Amino acid sequence: MLRYIVQRLLLMIPTLLGVAILVFLMLRLMGGDPVEVMLRGEGANVPQEIIEAERVRLGLDKPIVVQFGRWLGGMLTGDFGVSMWTGNPVSHEIASRLQLSIQVAVMATILAVLLAIPLGTLSALYKDTWIDHLIRVVSIAGLGIPSFWLGMIIILLLLSYFHWHPPLTFTPLLENPRENLLQLIWPALAVGYRYSSVATRMMRSTLLEVLQEDYIRTARAKGVYERLVVTRHALSNAMLPVVTVVGLEFAFLIGGLVVTEQVFNLNGIGKLFVQAVARSDFTMVQSLVLLVAVFFIVVNFVIDMLYAWLDPRIRYR
Amino acid sequence: MKLRHAALAVAVASLASASPAWAETPKSGGTLTFAVSAEPPNFDCHAQSSFAFIHPVRPHYSTLLKFDTANYPKIVGDLAESWTVSPDGLVFTFKLRQNVKFHDGSAFSSADIKATYDRLRNPPQGVRSLRVESYADIESIDTPDAQTVVFKLSKPNASMLANFASPWDCVYSAAKLKEDPKFPERHILGTGPFTFVEHQAGSHWLGKKFDGYFEKGKPYLDGYRAVFMGGAPMVNALAAGQVLAEFRGHSPADRDRLVKALGDKAVVLESPWVCSLVVSFNTSKKPFDDARVRRALSLAVDRWTGAQALQKIALVRHVGGVLRPGYELATPEEELVKLPGFSRDIKAAREEARKLLKEAGAENLTFKLTNRNVAMPYTPVGVFLIDQWRQIGLNVQHEQLETRLYLAAQQRGNPTYDAALDFNCDFMDEPNLQLMKYISADRSALNYSGHTDRKLDELYDKQSGELDKAKRAALVREFERHLLEEAYVIPTIWWHRIVVLHKQLKGWNITPSHYVGQDLTDVWLDE
Repeated sequence: MLRYIVQRLLLMIPTLLGVAILVFLMLRLMGGDPVEVMLRGEGANVPQEIIEAERVRLGLDKPIVVQFGRWLGGMLTGDFGVSMWTGNPVSHEIASRLQLSIQVAVMATILAVLLAIPLGTLSALYKDTWIDHLIRVVSIAGLGIPSFWLGMIIILLLLSYFHWHPPLTFTPLLENPRENLLQLIWPALAVGYRYSSVATRMMRSTLLEVLQEDYIRTARAKGVYERLVVTRHALSNAMLPVVTVVGLEFAFLIGGLVVTEQVFNLNGIGKLFVQAVARSDFTMVQSLVLLVAVFFIVVNFVIDMLYAWLDPRIRYR
Repeated sequence: MKLRHAALAVAVASLASASPAWAETPKSGGTLTFAVSAEPPNFDCHAQSSFAFIHPVRPHYSTLLKFDTANYPKIVGDLAESWTVSPDGLVFTFKLRQNVKFHDGSAFSSADIKATYDRLRNPPQGVRSLRVESYADIESIDTPDAQTVVFKLSKPNASMLANFASPWDCVYSAAKLKEDPKFPERHILGTGPFTFVEHQAGSHWLGKKFDGYFEKGKPYLDGYRAVFMGGAPMVNALAAGQVLAEFRGHSPADRDRLVKALGDKAVVLESPWVCSLVVSFNTSKKPFDDARVRRALSLAVDRWTGAQALQKIALVRHVGGVLRPGYELATPEEELVKLPGFSRDIKAAREEARKLLKEAGAENLTFKLTNRNVAMPYTPVGVFLIDQWRQIGLNVQHEQLETRLYLAAQQRGNPTYDAALDFNCDFMDEPNLQLMKYISADRSALNYSGHTDRKLDELYDKQSGELDKAKRAALVREFERHLLEEAYVIPTIWWHRIVVLHKQLKGWNITPSHYVGQDLTDVWLDE
């Protein structure tokens, strides 16, 4: 098992290197000059000498290979570079926003799991009854409704009926839990609803499959209580694909909530991503893409470990 | 229509030269929360050009002069108590206020003014100043004593006094600049009404009342909080009263929505705006190297009718030439209608346009209009222009690009666009600023059409040094006439500024510039 863990960790390196090369090249190929955007984006009268001087300062006058080498070398020593837009360290810019994005992702995940497992189970157990139909309608609606649209509706309802708007700026949870939750519960609900719908559908479908298995029939034939058949035998096997879905959705939430963050004015990673792309802030975009890649790799790794814990038959060597 | 009447009922409509006087007695206290729809990249005034910088940062700094927002364009002293200008316009002598302190307690003096303006006009290595051109005529800056600073010019410059009122000329500490010329990029140390408290990137900016401010009794506010938000979330926050203002401007639709949501708590202020949309033609590309084609495209546009229609959905309203209509040096309407592209007889104008295109062999011309991927007001004006060109049989494709690609298409030395919709926004009405866009490419970094026209350059230089207003106006008219004949860059419609405030917010006056009047010195909350 240890060997497997070490192998997986080592595999991260070529994966991240591939991502780094790809994003570096794509940014340079897609056009746009960060210096022009920064200096001329607002119509300022900027002489060409200043533009050129800024390019030299940012190292953009160097050959692409040299730029990549410098950036990669910095990454290996933990230096993610500075934002081409603000000049602040990229790590500092990301860290100040990561807490919010992670909290929204965690809250949405908790909500999704708390809803998906019981609802998916009920839906499977009471298949083709009104309970099943109701849960399926609710979960299909969740799949069909974009979370940013739902977020806009939530805001408008709060404004129209309660004349109230969530707090505008982020307060860390430990500093003021009330302010924190008053701001983040709404995006967590908007995102969590769709998230829970995906997991509910998956839960229902896998549980229905598992309930058809021979060992479930055997357990029932032996007179095991139905509650125990479901919780001890069926659920743990049905959970495996659900764990995958939940994990991948969580990783996606870290940088993927671009529009939802705009709707709720959340200062998160998604908003930073959009701004960085619009500004052609190459160092920021590169670092953010790698961050998301790391998240996906780590989440996949954790999912695999969870698989081994849930299913004793799975042993990694 | 009902909504418009309701808006008028609660509105305090204001034109640039007739802002309302706040007759109530200001109250001290409270923290003003307002929205800013973009964020400054760093803290250095001299290197910025965006309202995203001015709105949160300007309250920390003072300038030598500033605009009296209640009586725009009147200029009053900020750090300067009084001033004289020599009859030949070459010497500006300022007497500075006494007992002014920086936020760290250090004393302000004429040395700080000198250091600031030396940095603006001649930035040291590694420092960026976007105002070198504005102060190129300053020959020397002397400080005979701690309260006096004397600027000597190499030649007369009609805009120099107004330049000293620029909101971008934040006065820095000479001592700090000597230690580190790049100090202002990452540090805030001014003499303004508010001290710096906090900047949370992507989130907000906080300022606190400076108890040592040189205007006793001011500022009235205890502090302010600028929240970085835009679009629908900003409008929602305004509607909920969580932010009391967004000082740049709203679209007509947002104004109506806010008035409906806020009811009698809404105060709507409107003003013409020193911003215009212009069309640049890529003169290095055929057939836009032909003045007949460019002029034809200008003649085809019915600016008068377009302005009437567009003002209902967009930020544009006023038809004008190279200067903002209503400004004292702008061409009055009765003369404007005689200029190419501004005739009210659009039928005749379009006949002439077709004739010119035929002469140039460019009938049925097909080309792209490159535009910013920004809804307000670029998209509606772009669509309008394309419709106007269709009236004379042209086939125009609308290409809306993100800013980086838009700028790339106009890259100097290698422009790839055909025609582009561009904007021209300045902090004040001033020909030296507004005409910069139209002079030759080797003279102006704002020239994206790539043209060279020495007549325009000559007229620009002449009007720049002409201190007599009537003569200056005549030179500007001649410039405008020649420009519209050649049509390298054509003005379309000038913007209209709409700001919706919560009625709690008092003491703020709208002006034609969203860069001016943002020090918050006179703002107070009626809570």
